[in-house]
Amino acid sequence: MNQSFKPDPTFHPTPKMAMDAPVETLAFTLMLSPDFSQPDGLAVVDVDPSSDTFGQILHTVMMPYKGDEFHHFGWNACSSSLSPLSGHAFLERRYLIIPGIRSSRIYIIDVKEPLKAKIHKIIEPEEVFAKTGYSRPHTIHCGPEGIYVSTLGGGGKDGTDGPPGIFILDCETFEILGRYEMDRGKQDKHYDFWWNLPRDYMVSSEWGLPPQFENGIVAEDLLSNKYGHSIHFWNLRERKNVQTIDLGDNHQMALEIRPAHDPAKKHGFCGVVVDTTNLQGAIFTWWQKDDGTFEAKKTITIDPQPADADDLPDLLKGFGAVPALVTDIDLSLDDRFLYVACWGQGEMHQYDVSDPMNPKLAGKVEIGGIVRKTLHPSGKPFGYGPQMVEISRDGKRVYWTNSLYSTWDDQFYPGERGAAMVMAHVGENGGLTLDDTFCVDFPKGYRSHQIRLEGGDCSTDSFCYPNV
Amino acid sequence: MTPSDLALWGAVLMAGVYHGVNPGMGWPLAVSAALMERKRVALWRALGLLAAGHFAAMAAILLPFTAMVSLVTWEAEIRIGAGLLVMAMGVYLLINRRHPRMLARVPPGRLALWSFLAALAHGAGLMLVPIYLGLCDLEAMDAGHVAATELMAAHAGTALGVALAHTAAMALAGGALALAIYHWVGLKFLTRGWFNLDLLWAVSLVLVGGIGVWTAL
Repeated sequence: MNQSFKPDPTFHPTPKMAMDAPVETLAFTLMLSPDFSQPDGLAVVDVDPSSDTFGQILHTVMMPYKGDEFHHFGWNACSSSLSPLSGHAFLERRYLIIPGIRSSRIYIIDVKEPLKAKIHKIIEPEEVFAKTGYSRPHTIHCGPEGIYVSTLGGGGKDGTDGPPGIFILDCETFEILGRYEMDRGKQDKHYDFWWNLPRDYMVSSEWGLPPQFENGIVAEDLLSNKYGHSIHFWNLRERKNVQTIDLGDNHQMALEIRPAHDPAKKHGFCGVVVDTTNLQGAIFTWWQKDDGTFEAKKTITIDPQPADADDLPDLLKGFGAVPALVTDIDLSLDDRFLYVACWGQGEMHQYDVSDPMNPKLAGKVEIGGIVRKTLHPSGKPFGYGPQMVEISRDGKRVYWTNSLYSTWDDQFYPGERGAAMVMAHVGENGGLTLDDTFCVDFPKGYRSHQIRLEGGDCSTDSFCYPNV
Repeated sequence: MTPSDLALWGAVLMAGVYHGVNPGMGWPLAVSAALMERKRVALWRALGLLAAGHFAAMAAILLPFTAMVSLVTWEAEIRIGAGLLVMAMGVYLLINRRHPRMLARVPPGRLALWSFLAALAHGAGLMLVPIYLGLCDLEAMDAGHVAATELMAAHAGTALGVALAHTAAMALAGGALALAIYHWVGLKFLTRGWFNLDLLWAVSLVLVGGIGVWTAL
């Protein structure tokens, strides 16, 4: 039985307490085989600077199938378990839930002994289809009713038979319990979701339907603003969409949702990949008003950079500029710094969002990029651009990888450019500096995607108690 | 009050303290409410709602027994049956170690409902049944030949008294802990002082039920 005598020491009542917890010594990074010729895997990476194997892969778990395409993943349990309301305070943070977004298969990996991490259970795609009517599982969050899994596709072969949504897994047996939504309102596409547990609201976002991403980005759809551009607010326990905010149809691909970690706060952020009117990347701040309804406002824009057509892939040649392509954002546990990956330009931005309505650029690192192709300070190449970003609990280290999605990588960055995972140090009052000794070597033929840190990180744990 | 009376009322209060200090019965929600609203009065309001729900759950379990214990001739059988029922709940909780998912569906704003359901799901009310029947038994011996209706009224009064005393002890213990955490100790206590008592809880039910059966024989 996955239960212990005391709450897991990696569960923390408040974000502040999580920041004060022991620092991470291991990271878990997903590896995908972009041409599906090898099985995808999980790499356990040494991130302890005092270790002789700092920055090296210590163990890998390879899957028994090919073609899963790993993307995002999450824990079976987190700090959200510390609310008496959920009734599962004694779960262990022990399993990583890894969905294949191409195969719809879900792996449960036991990482109790990280260096002996192994497959605990496999949920086959047919079971996901039959029990939920959804396909292409993506974001994982553990919450009050179990493990919530967002999906990108509905039923049918191409995933367009019915809208995609969220389904729930039992947090002890990993049985699929069924769909989450009781009233989805206008929601017809899906990507990310997160929530504020004591305030009982959830926010979800939109990428596009499977035919719009599986075989690569569809330029006509993008230019006619057919990707997602709305965010949805839900009554979490009533499972009801209570408000949809359209960010404007030019704001294509509203992806990552990052609520403030301190549940006393009522705001959060959402990253928009590209504004089709001016090629800007954008961040919206959304917030709950006193009457309980929500509002959103654009608070960060990142301009495209002029470039020679010769330096650009076919997709961008006509524009004479390289867009930022805001593909991932992450918020530090003190809700102070928002990290914004500019995957196209090869930059990682750090914004001070102490005043969430008025973010200020506090630090920046250049690495990779379509045009610049900036090398890592160790002299190693960094293919693609900064993408999936994860922040240490104490906010002092920021890790990121470089692949967006197999078919999209190939369109924006033609040719195989290899996997990467790097780390930057955060200055006392902001500022970012790459660690020239940390640049992970991955097995040949793989790309790297999301990172999870031992004991939780800044995009997994949900807290039930406000900072004091 | 006889010594057995005293012991039984003591057990009612002790069970209240036991339930009250258990974070699973809700005091952390009172701390959270005060922290979220940044005022202490929210702690009292949350505690009041939790207590109301707990009281309702105790009363809901005990009151049906008030009608039954008026059947004086079946007194022993009723006490044995009740004891077996409590033991069965304990055994059920021992075998089924999964937590009740239904509780997670209750919105955080409905603390009284949550507290009511949590107390029911864990058999908190059942734990009081053998104690309550013990008290009724003593009353019945004192009462001698009074009419059934009067006896029933007396039993109902005892049931409400048991529920009230138990809930007061529960709220006081939980409230004192919540206040101490809020003002001095801090939320760190939650991760250090929250023990998994599921097993002990289930065993307590079996024991209390067993004592109920044994004293009825």
